[in-house]
Amino acid sequence: MAEDTGNDGKDSKRLAEEAALSARLRHLGERLGQKAGNREVEAGPSQDPGQNASALARGFRLSTELVAGVLVGAFIGWALDKWLGTSPGGMIVFLMLGFAAGVFNVVRAAGVSSGPGSRR
Amino acid sequence: MADPIHQFEITKLATIANIGGHEIAITNSAIFMAITVVGIAALLVGGSSARALVPGRIQSVAEVTYEFIANTIQSTAGTAGMKFFPLVFTLFMFILVANMIGIIPYTFTVTSHIIVTAMMALLVFFTVIIYGFYKNGLGFFRLFVPQGIPVYILPLIVFIEVLSFISRPISHSVRLFANMLAGHITLKVLAGFITMMGGFGIAGWLGAVLPLGLVVAITALEVLVAFLQAYVFAILTCIYLNDAIHPGH
Repeated sequence: MAEDTGNDGKDSKRLAEEAALSARLRHLGERLGQKAGNREVEAGPSQDPGQNASALARGFRLSTELVAGVLVGAFIGWALDKWLGTSPGGMIVFLMLGFAAGVFNVVRAAGVSSGPGSRR
Repeated sequence: MADPIHQFEITKLATIANIGGHEIAITNSAIFMAITVVGIAALLVGGSSARALVPGRIQSVAEVTYEFIANTIQSTAGTAGMKFFPLVFTLFMFILVANMIGIIPYTFTVTSHIIVTAMMALLVFFTVIIYGFYKNGLGFFRLFVPQGIPVYILPLIVFIEVLSFISRPISHSVRLFANMLAGHITLKVLAGFITMMGGFGIAGWLGAVLPLGLVVAITALEVLVAFLQAYVFAILTCIYLNDAIHPGH
């Protein structure tokens, strides 16, 4: 009898341990679930890194488009003046045209108009 | 203080030949271009040699870069643009690896010289022109004639479109070159502040923490810029090629 109660005691002890273990496991699972949930929520806004990268890329694009147009206009004006001796007429006209081309470039790079010859 | 421009100096390492009065020499720039190409080749050959169904580390890097560029081309130039995949992929990988190598101290940044970036931009520019005329014939000129514009301002608009087209290789090359040059000069100047302030004793050492923090932060930013500039160069190449494939659509 003493042995039986001993065994019973061991059994009940083991049962209690298992219950405690499974409770801990469940608790751990719940906490992990919560953590994962949190992580998903945290990852929410930056779910598309490609979007951010291309926005930055577009920002980098815009910075030089205007300057390039003006430079080309200025260079063509200067070359024409030198060639035809019309200084400073060519420079004035082509600098303005170059500026217009630069603005065109910027507007296009900003995605307002999709490209040269676009139907809109 | 160390000269911040010194890092961009081209030094001659060996002279190979003299052709018509021009010296053909191996410079530090050429050496780093070769290192870049060897690095890319090692990555891609190493990545594709295993041919595993479940990719290993190097293989997945190679696969990710392939898919990244393939997606970029298909989203900007359509599936017809895929025949230019080798060109775009080569340009992207060369710029990316050259930029990344340039961040390592004591290396030379190939893309910080405008002659290199201008060569690549002009390659794209002439590819667009030649392929545009080959594919569309004279229809390529539709690129310069926007639709739905009143006739009386059309000549002016066409002229501005042509100017805008000519300005492309300039903005294309200057953007990459200027970003790399400016970033490296900024890093060098800030790093110079650290050693200068370190010469003023304890107070200087404490003060030098500020530029040191900035150098660390800007180095991180430079890694981002190195990738983004390669991406911008590739995506602009795709956009320009799209004009050659479908002008005025």
